[in-house]
Amino acid sequence: MNRETDGERNKKIEILRVNHITKEYSGNEQTLVLADISFDARSGEFLSIIGPSGCGKTTLLKIVAGLLNPTKGEILIENKRIEGLRKDTILVFQEYNRSLLPWRTVRGNIEFALEINNHSPNEDPKKYLEMVGLRGFERYYPWELSGGMQQRVAIARALAYGPKILLMDEPFGSLDARMREELEDELLRLWNELGITIIFVTHDLDEAIYLSDRLIVLSERPAVLLEDMPIHLERPRNQLTTRSDPAFIEYRNNAYKLFKPQKYGVQKDG
Amino acid sequence: MGYKKMDNLREKKLIGFILIIVLLLLWESVSQFNLVSPVFLPPVSRIVWTLIKMMISGELLRHAGYTVYRCFLGYFLAIIVAVPVGIMMGRSKFLYNLLEPLVEMLRPIPSAAIIPVAILFLGIYTKMKLVVIMFGSLWPILINTIHGVRGIDTILIDTGRNFGLNRKQFLWKIIVPGASPSIATGMRISLAIALILAITVEMIVGSDGLGFFIIDWERSFHFAEMYAGILTLAILGYLINFLFLKVDSKVMRWYKGFTSEIT
Repeated sequence: MNRETDGERNKKIEILRVNHITKEYSGNEQTLVLADISFDARSGEFLSIIGPSGCGKTTLLKIVAGLLNPTKGEILIENKRIEGLRKDTILVFQEYNRSLLPWRTVRGNIEFALEINNHSPNEDPKKYLEMVGLRGFERYYPWELSGGMQQRVAIARALAYGPKILLMDEPFGSLDARMREELEDELLRLWNELGITIIFVTHDLDEAIYLSDRLIVLSERPAVLLEDMPIHLERPRNQLTTRSDPAFIEYRNNAYKLFKPQKYGVQKDG
Repeated sequence: MGYKKMDNLREKKLIGFILIIVLLLLWESVSQFNLVSPVFLPPVSRIVWTLIKMMISGELLRHAGYTVYRCFLGYFLAIIVAVPVGIMMGRSKFLYNLLEPLVEMLRPIPSAAIIPVAILFLGIYTKMKLVVIMFGSLWPILINTIHGVRGIDTILIDTGRNFGLNRKQFLWKIIVPGASPSIATGMRISLAIALILAITVEMIVGSDGLGFFIIDWERSFHFAEMYAGILTLAILGYLINFLFLKVDSKVMRWYKGFTSEIT
């Protein structure tokens, strides 16, 4: 059924390859967090990494971002092996209130990204604030804004840096349901307009299916890759129709069974 | 509601001022009515009058000028040394482990105790005085800078790394602003210490500055002049602190808003 679309996918340029990544923490005793994880992302793809809380999703994302080093394995961006920090990825943290620079205004936070990446000197931060619907808030400080608005600033700042791959670590995890839906749709709009690749980490299955082209399903710690699941739902997606689409529910059921094999294993056999 | 708040604030301040005036009147009267020897405790009116006379003659201002000059120069030297060293100690585990025990040994020494050593090696002139002031005001800035740097939110550090900042950018865009509230606290504590030490060294050696002025008039039994010097010092201390708070509340406006938002 998916042969054709998968064939199309193969025509796209591979932008990221996660190659046999293993991560161990060596403290008093060695703990294995990630066990031999491999997948790739094509240019312009929206890919979600999903798994139970504490399974090492964030660790994996930080390795992709270059903030952590893997114990084994490598990260390739556009077929080049990259170690340490990279200029092609930006991570949007879940803790928006701690990631924005509190001593800079909203405008100053956008300028922070522009200053570093040597953009054309006169590039206007306003452009990026308009993208995320924050026109007129340039002179506010981040802590004067609501949670949803702060995360918008963080997204605008990440976009202003001009990354090829946008990495997002449960970016909407601490927002209320309505704000969350609003930001999900805005993110999809931006993704569509800008054509960037997004790697999105969440523990919310519905959110992952709603947003993504593909799910990378991880197990509990130590995390292994359970499934690389393509999602073929019509775009643009819609909070009401997409989420009530029978295909959506099927994806949801399939992924859910992966998480709880012991619970559904009996049914499967019977 | 806003008006009521303002009124309350004014009332509170007013009460404090009334107390000061009452105490000054008490002083004036115990001295005027000979309850305390007016030789040792001249009436306030005479002290103020002496102060005004010596201000006009320029003598008091000359001494105050020396004190302010030494106090600030020693203080700035302390900042120039303590902030960079503190940042390095805050960032490097090696430097922290190397220097921290030494700091903890030197820091508790009351700074006045190093005056004899300083005189021994540096003489009795400006150089020695500046070194003593610098030594004393170094520690609060150093300690607070170290804590400030170490206390920067790990997410902010990761954000800086995430955006691929080079060392210089990291220092100026993350570390310095991130530690600045703590550095400012250290600087405020040290400002008071610098003034205390300036007065102390002036009392021990030399022939100028408010410290010398006060002790010199005391030794020649001119107590009104002595008190005038002390009063000048009180005004000076108040002004310096006032100025610091003014600058601090401007520069650190973000921090006050930021922290009040969290708590």
